Amino acid sequence: MHFDQISQYLLSGLSTGAIYALIGVGFSIIHNSTGIINFAQGEFVMLGGMLTLFFLSALKLPLIIAVVLAIGVATLAGVVFERLAIRPMKDASPISLVIITIGGSILIRGIAMLLWGKETHAIPTFSGNDPILVGEATILPQHLWIFAVTAVVIVCTKLYFSFTISGKAMRACAYNRRAAGLVGIDVKRMVFFSFAISAAMGSMAGIIVAPLTMTSYDVGVMLGLKGFCAAIIGGMSSGLGTVFGGVILGILESLGAGLFSSGYKDAIAFVILLVILLVRPQGLFKKGETERV
Amino acid sequence: MHRIDSRDKKKLFRHEWVKFALFSLLIMILPVLFEGGYLLNVFIFVGIHTLLAVALNLLLGYAGQISLGQAAFFGLGAFASGILTATYGQNPWLMMVVVAAAVGLLAFAIGFPILKLKGHYLAMATLGFGIIVYIIFNEAVELTGGPSGFSGIPNLTVGGITFDSDFKNYYLIWGVTLVTILLSLNLVNSRIGRGLRAIHDSEVAARVMGVNVRLMKVQIFALSAVISSVAGSLYAHTMTFVSPTSFGFNFSVELVTMVIIGGLGSIYGSFLGAALLTLLPEFLRAFQDYDIVVYGFLLVFMTMFMPGGLVRGIPSLVQNLRARIGGGASDA
Repeated sequence: MHFDQISQYLLSGLSTGAIYALIGVGFSIIHNSTGIINFAQGEFVMLGGMLTLFFLSALKLPLIIAVVLAIGVATLAGVVFERLAIRPMKDASPISLVIITIGGSILIRGIAMLLWGKETHAIPTFSGNDPILVGEATILPQHLWIFAVTAVVIVCTKLYFSFTISGKAMRACAYNRRAAGLVGIDVKRMVFFSFAISAAMGSMAGIIVAPLTMTSYDVGVMLGLKGFCAAIIGGMSSGLGTVFGGVILGILESLGAGLFSSGYKDAIAFVILLVILLVRPQGLFKKGETERV
Repeated sequence: MHRIDSRDKKKLFRHEWVKFALFSLLIMILPVLFEGGYLLNVFIFVGIHTLLAVALNLLLGYAGQISLGQAAFFGLGAFASGILTATYGQNPWLMMVVVAAAVGLLAFAIGFPILKLKGHYLAMATLGFGIIVYIIFNEAVELTGGPSGFSGIPNLTVGGITFDSDFKNYYLIWGVTLVTILLSLNLVNSRIGRGLRAIHDSEVAARVMGVNVRLMKVQIFALSAVISSVAGSLYAHTMTFVSPTSFGFNFSVELVTMVIIGGLGSIYGSFLGAALLTLLPEFLRAFQDYDIVVYGFLLVFMTMFMPGGLVRGIPSLVQNLRARIGGGASDA
């Protein structure tokens, strides 16, 4: 046991937690506007990392352009996915939608594998590898990027949902799709937006985490599921609830891996997922009302 | 009225028997056609997969409850049988039964809380369960051998016969599979089967009609776990080697794909789906690695355009074509 390293574990847990939060918020946004759990969410995360790598290494573009292009292409993928697979199935049963999104995720993963191969790739960090001392722990500049990007994105979505017309319209859809339609909100367009936004957020998460964890065609599965776990802890909120959910999960994982067993690290998320689903389906922070069962 | 009703029923009944007899006959003579070649080995897997797909179909196709954790029950059966017979030298047949009962009990226990969830949440919960079990297979190295797998599992024996060749294993596995198919056909055409379909259509309506929805969902979940566990035991004794990679999330998804492609709520459809998805990679081997893309495509395509699966999709496709050709002919 390495109790002296607790602060280190907390810090690295916080940064993975931030990633989970970003992915989780993406889950929530789609869920709230459509009622769908998008099993393909993780693939947008993978696309973010792999596309950045592709633009960097194959096309030799500068980092910033590669990142912007990667987010753009991943968002496009999300939008195309919505158009081709989700929109035609709007009246389908939940089971069909689960299966469609799983099929879509396998398809995206498969195409990525065919395009870029099965190897694991490294992406250069955004601003060097000189460790920064924080108390007794050290972090990399990349961690700061993760905190900063997550904070900015979360604040932006909050502002978007609170102060813009389309943001408010999306919230209306989340409360009641039918009523939103009745007051003249174009629900289809909101669903379209929600896929665009959450694909963009997912790909961003994939891009900022790739320099730390490497990337390959199949990183999306685990990251996506962990993001979902964060969203479930947060009660499918598209704001702070899910951020806390992500951070709680990230820190528990990092402590669990450091203090007990790194092999069982991945199981932590799923145990939490099951417990929350069975005991508090409305999430940790909400009081009653939301029916998930 | 009554007399016609019962005569129809009898006719239907006879029809089912004829179908089953023909199917069994086909399965029994296949090895002769293969002449013990490579396809025989592949068809052993078709048998195991059919068993698993039928089990999942009872849950997914009839009761309308999704499980993305079926591979876990399959794996528990395989590993438990393997460990108990190879490490602890227990009787394989006895252990197959004991393990299946234990896995059934486990499913029964977790079924009560988990099956309260619906749709997406049920999918996620069963998926979570499956991944936890998968992680345990990998991490409990002293018991399971971890990622490198567990070997030295004995073949099954009956009297003086040891099931150590493809030929014998084929008949062993298909024997079990055919019996399971027969029992499942019986089940879905019984009162229980009608109850399950009622749950599928509307839980509230089913409850109003006097179906104990909660109990029945859990029972069918446990039954599908028991069948999957038996499939796992058979798999372990046939292969004599098991490794965690066979029991991951991907395999759970593959099973769901089999059921969907074959046709939800069709027992023979499960055979079709299992056969297709087991044979496909063999033919796709030339294109290696393309199989994942094909799976994804098939899942999306079938759910969108052929939601009834091959069993219903092909006849209606043929009908449409015939109508079109017929229409075209009359035009000319």
